[in-house]
Amino acid sequence: MPMDTVDFRDLAVEEFDTTTMLKHATEQAIQRRYEDFFIADIDGHHYETGSFAQICEYIEDPVMRQQAKYQGFGGSGIASSNGAYQELMGRVTRYPGRRKEKTPTTPHRDITLTKRWMDAIGIDYVCMFPTPMLSLGLTPRPEVEVALSRAYNRWLCEVVLQNEPRIGSSLYLPINDPEASYQMVKDFGGKKGVIGFTICSPHYKATYDNAYCKTYALIEEMGLPLVYHGAFAWGGDQSMSLCNRFLAVHALGFSWFNILHCTNWLCNGMPERFPKLKTIWVESGLAWVPFLMQRLDNEWMMRSSEVPLLKRKPSDYMREMYYSTQPMEMVHNREALELTFKMMNAETQLLYASDYPHWDMDLPSTIYDLPFLSETGKRNILGGNAKRVFNLEPIVSEVKQKRLAARGTA
Amino acid sequence: MADVLVCKDGEIAEGGVRVIQAGEVEIGVIRHDGKYYAYRNHCPHQGGPVCEGIRMPGVLDIIGEGGIFLQQDFDQKDIHIVCPWHSYEFHLEDGVNVCDKRIRLQKFKVVEKDGAVYINV
Repeated sequence: MPMDTVDFRDLAVEEFDTTTMLKHATEQAIQRRYEDFFIADIDGHHYETGSFAQICEYIEDPVMRQQAKYQGFGGSGIASSNGAYQELMGRVTRYPGRRKEKTPTTPHRDITLTKRWMDAIGIDYVCMFPTPMLSLGLTPRPEVEVALSRAYNRWLCEVVLQNEPRIGSSLYLPINDPEASYQMVKDFGGKKGVIGFTICSPHYKATYDNAYCKTYALIEEMGLPLVYHGAFAWGGDQSMSLCNRFLAVHALGFSWFNILHCTNWLCNGMPERFPKLKTIWVESGLAWVPFLMQRLDNEWMMRSSEVPLLKRKPSDYMREMYYSTQPMEMVHNREALELTFKMMNAETQLLYASDYPHWDMDLPSTIYDLPFLSETGKRNILGGNAKRVFNLEPIVSEVKQKRLAARGTA
Repeated sequence: MADVLVCKDGEIAEGGVRVIQAGEVEIGVIRHDGKYYAYRNHCPHQGGPVCEGIRMPGVLDIIGEGGIFLQQDFDQKDIHIVCPWHSYEFHLEDGVNVCDKRIRLQKFKVVEKDGAVYINV
């Protein structure tokens, strides 16, 4: 084959571009005809630190605003309090590449970059979360958490959600201040694109405390879900401080904080007290669910007197909760995964999440290619369940509309 | 089986990668330490463009006498291909996954002749 007939690319001369990096994901989307159904990603991320200067302008307290502008969001170096070296020393190239990727002046860079990866992967709608702010609940000054989360939520609503119907968000609640959390729900509950409220799980408040009840009642009344988003704590957490490898901190932390809050949620009878409040447990993987079901059911049989509000087994309540798929523990044991899906009633309770652009992101094919799911089950997990839980209007992305038109089925 | 011309010798810089489309198959040709390696540009994990990431040496824990941990070090003799999507790692020499020998990249034979580099597809 002569050289001039072979297509080639030399990587040394290429600029980083999300669409190119995800070309194989696009091929998967085309092969599997994702244009035939709605795909919602209930946990995609952006790096709000890239817009931190803009977000600072939304901080209401002028002194806090000045502190934030001068000081920046946080330190992420190897000696920082969370000790992070999460980016794998450049092994995952979208981390360094993202900063150099070119975008047009309008729309906002975060909208462009988000839609770029959504279109490449085959996603119609995303629930967008921040990244470093997931650990904001660990900051020592509650007023900083309140000020930054209010500023971020205002910025997100005005700059992103208002302008892009394919992006929604479950807004951050400043959990260290129950009154401010309540006010957040009151102030932002009806805004365009606000599809729920989120407790970022690493923090040291008991979320069954009576102080939060009016917040839960209001979220329930609004018909919105309450999301618990997993993350890790390291330097400030005595248990996690025993870990010296990030693998350990990540593997335990993202599940642990949700295991902790879910256990307390159940033991305090919250599903009975707020029966219409939908809870979603995000980014903790799936393997913890059968563990906790078995563990709590076993204890409940002997100590139900301590938790008289629970009228049924803890696992019965857990089967009525919702879970996000990622990071799905799918290494080598399909049988365990299938049992996990069965135990949580995955076809109605599980919601696809990519977690893109983070290093452990999952493509829709991780669900679509599972041999034990029915076609309806796959479509439910990839979008149908999210549509129902978040009351989403189904949107077909422009890319998919073009594919449908090309097939003559638009 | 056909020999597909990849490049003239030296056209791919040391440490560089050329991704070629050979019919249906995308193949990454990597030049490392003056030697060429060719693998299908497809990660067995989630289908990522495995040849488009970086190469890094394997990492070793150095354990001293009595089981005492001393330090970590790079193993410069064992270079890894790292998938840019999720950091799955494969030995550059044979394309075998560093965690599970059953997982491997599809390898293509590289032929250097008459000042040019070919892969056998």
